[in-house]
Amino acid sequence: MTALSRRGVLKATLGGFALGLYPGLGAAAPKRAKGLQPNVFVHLSPDGAVTLTVHRSEMGQGIRSTLAYLFAGELGADLARVSIEQAVGDAAYGDQNTDGSSSIRGKLDWLRRFAATARVMLLTAAAERWEVPVSACEAKAHFVVNTLTGAKLSFGELAEAAGKLPVPADDAVTLLPDAAHPWLGRSAPSIDAQSFVTGAAQFGADVTLPGMLIAVIARPPVVGGRIKRLDARAALKVPGVKKVLALPTPRAPWGFQPWGGVAVLATNTWAAIRGRAALAIDWEHGPNASYDSAAFRDGLHRALQSPGVTLREVGDVDRALAGAARIIEAEYDVPHLPHSPMEPPVALARFQRGACEVWASTQNPQAARKTVAETLGLPESKVTVHVTLLGGGFGRKSKADFCAEAAWLARAVKAPVRVQWTREDDVRHDYYNTVSAQKLTAGIDATGQLVAWRHRTAFPPISTLYGGPPVPGPGDLQQGVLDLALAVPNVRAEGCEAPGAPVRIGWLRAVYNLFHAFAVGSFIDELAHARKEDPRATWLSVLGPPRHASLRELGIPALKNYNASLDEHPVDVARLRQVLERVTKASGWEAGARAGPRRAPQLPQLRGGRGVGGASGRAHRGRRGVAGHRRRAHRQPRPRALPDGGLGGVRPQPRLLRRPHHERRGDAAVELP
Amino acid sequence: MAIKLVLNGTPRSLDADPAMPLLWALRDLAGLTGTRFGCGVAQCGACTVHLDGQPVRACLTPLGAAQGASVTTIEGLSADGNHPLQRAWVELGVPQCGYCQAGQLMSAAALLARNPHPNDEAIDAAMSGNLCRCGTYPRIRAAIKKAAGETP
Repeated sequence: MTALSRRGVLKATLGGFALGLYPGLGAAAPKRAKGLQPNVFVHLSPDGAVTLTVHRSEMGQGIRSTLAYLFAGELGADLARVSIEQAVGDAAYGDQNTDGSSSIRGKLDWLRRFAATARVMLLTAAAERWEVPVSACEAKAHFVVNTLTGAKLSFGELAEAAGKLPVPADDAVTLLPDAAHPWLGRSAPSIDAQSFVTGAAQFGADVTLPGMLIAVIARPPVVGGRIKRLDARAALKVPGVKKVLALPTPRAPWGFQPWGGVAVLATNTWAAIRGRAALAIDWEHGPNASYDSAAFRDGLHRALQSPGVTLREVGDVDRALAGAARIIEAEYDVPHLPHSPMEPPVALARFQRGACEVWASTQNPQAARKTVAETLGLPESKVTVHVTLLGGGFGRKSKADFCAEAAWLARAVKAPVRVQWTREDDVRHDYYNTVSAQKLTAGIDATGQLVAWRHRTAFPPISTLYGGPPVPGPGDLQQGVLDLALAVPNVRAEGCEAPGAPVRIGWLRAVYNLFHAFAVGSFIDELAHARKEDPRATWLSVLGPPRHASLRELGIPALKNYNASLDEHPVDVARLRQVLERVTKASGWEAGARAGPRRAPQLPQLRGGRGVGGASGRAHRGRRGVAGHRRRAHRQPRPRALPDGGLGGVRPQPRLLRRPHHERRGDAAVELP
Repeated sequence: MAIKLVLNGTPRSLDADPAMPLLWALRDLAGLTGTRFGCGVAQCGACTVHLDGQPVRACLTPLGAAQGASVTTIEGLSADGNHPLQRAWVELGVPQCGYCQAGQLMSAAALLARNPHPNDEAIDAAMSGNLCRCGTYPRIRAAIKKAAGETP
């Protein structure tokens, strides 16, 4: 059916899973002729072979392994008889948008049930054969065992009979007790590790089709720009370059549409890159021609000087500030951040006989399918999106623009096309994490007590990508502003309008928490200086006693709360306090306090250029994660600035600009280095 | 122009402009896709291969530099994927997304070839040009030590 260059199934040495390393080529959830297939995730053939389909994208979080072990364990399968397939984009799998840490959270039982359904059908088939109650049967190591007699029937022997049974309703399917699941809550090796260390793993740029051209695109240097004049003669003289083609100009709102510009298509990547460099293009820069990031930042700060939309209110902040003995105030801004996954965006598309097939390192194959269908004017049923491994994603690869570029070009040039983003493209034309400015204002009474806390935040939110106004709302401020527990009697949070949204705004891992946590953490330091106390003590007193903060305490009518209830996903102050305690302990905070230079009062010191960072996710209550899923709930940074920063040291963040704060009253202004 | 080289132990001839970066010659002409493209400007290390045993960034090494030379890629690091470093990488669960790991392994293999028992400083010096956005550095260091026969 295909002449893909490196197709094939490799046996993985770990776990015993056989991996279809190649993303499946068939239609979504192919209906197998024989055996047991109660849903799109599980198939058992009469020869005993089990095929499990994983539907989320692997980008280093271990989800392929997690799902493989989760399903196999719930089924009672022998790993050596299980092979893993990667699903194409299809709503039949439910949500496939692999972001927001949402693959397992809140879905564990839902996922287990697919494999449990198959197990129950096997047990039922065996019980009928033996004429015993289903409760007398157990699935283990690819057999169903009769616990009354010790008799065994293999999964393969039961496959046909089980496949003829009606699929039981969800409430008739009992999950294994957690302790009986062989992998739940246990560590297990990655099913993909061997392919990573041999180079056999297939990422987006590793799929090849005969006759394929490689495209590199010169995109408009200014968002909303268009081509005024194109001279492609020099580019076409580059050996290997076959075609030069202008893409349609995108129209606002930007969404995921192809990003325009001029594509150079060549027989190899280097020729395409050289061809692009040889293009002569005059651009009409459009309405953002005068966009200036420094002026925009100033506009964000101006927006903070008057009240925004109040999204959180406790007590009376205005009165408390008016009556405070001292006001501490500071402003912060954080620039756009690009995702920069190690693997830049890349997609391959083939258009033939009115249908389009795409192979891409996408976090969201359903969005890619929809976007490609819209771009080509096809029904989604004519679009198939295969998911390769992702060399990192961080949210960038949830956006389908690069898939749509490949699809549009493949149809236009009547050949398979791989669109290769270069690193420069990735940095210049990203869906950036938004640019922001914040102003925090605190009131302290005559006894040093914190009596008022006002937090203003201004940024164009992600909804601007779809045409929304450039003002953040409650769904945005849930990330680090509305869900911040504060033991302060008067609190207000306001969302302030940004002066437009001149670039594509996207979501980048942790999203708005990044800059909200930065500003709040920095402001806590300001308060510590003002109160002449250890910042850890300030943190603990501002957070207050261990508790679960209610909506009423937070002063908000509702909390989006990552689509979970507060009961499932509480604002848990005890957890935050514990992170602080453990981070300061692990970093030698106390020893630093004793050894620090003489100051009045003596504050804990870290050596110059070094800092301490703590990361805390709010815990999701309920069962823990599954085997194969790396746990990072608590990571203890070491106070060392080493090249191995990712897991250990915390490096200075020169991009996080701190503006001089404005001390309106009092005498506690201390400039941090 | 045909460039003759020994690629993963096999004499090969690649017909291309000698100025073409070795990375693209390997990936697009020789079909060896284990060497990854990360930045194109020798800043990330994902494309690290061995040129006559020395680790080089294939994205800035012209194919012509490999004329008459021996080039080893991740596909040629071992015959069956069980180089001591590959085994240690798997046993310690080093890879996360896996994208940078071919380059990491090639840098580590070159290190062990010239320094069979590197200390932390030697490991940091040899590996500092290989970025990992998953942050697998501590496990990389442990796996290098394990492969060197030491307790990590």
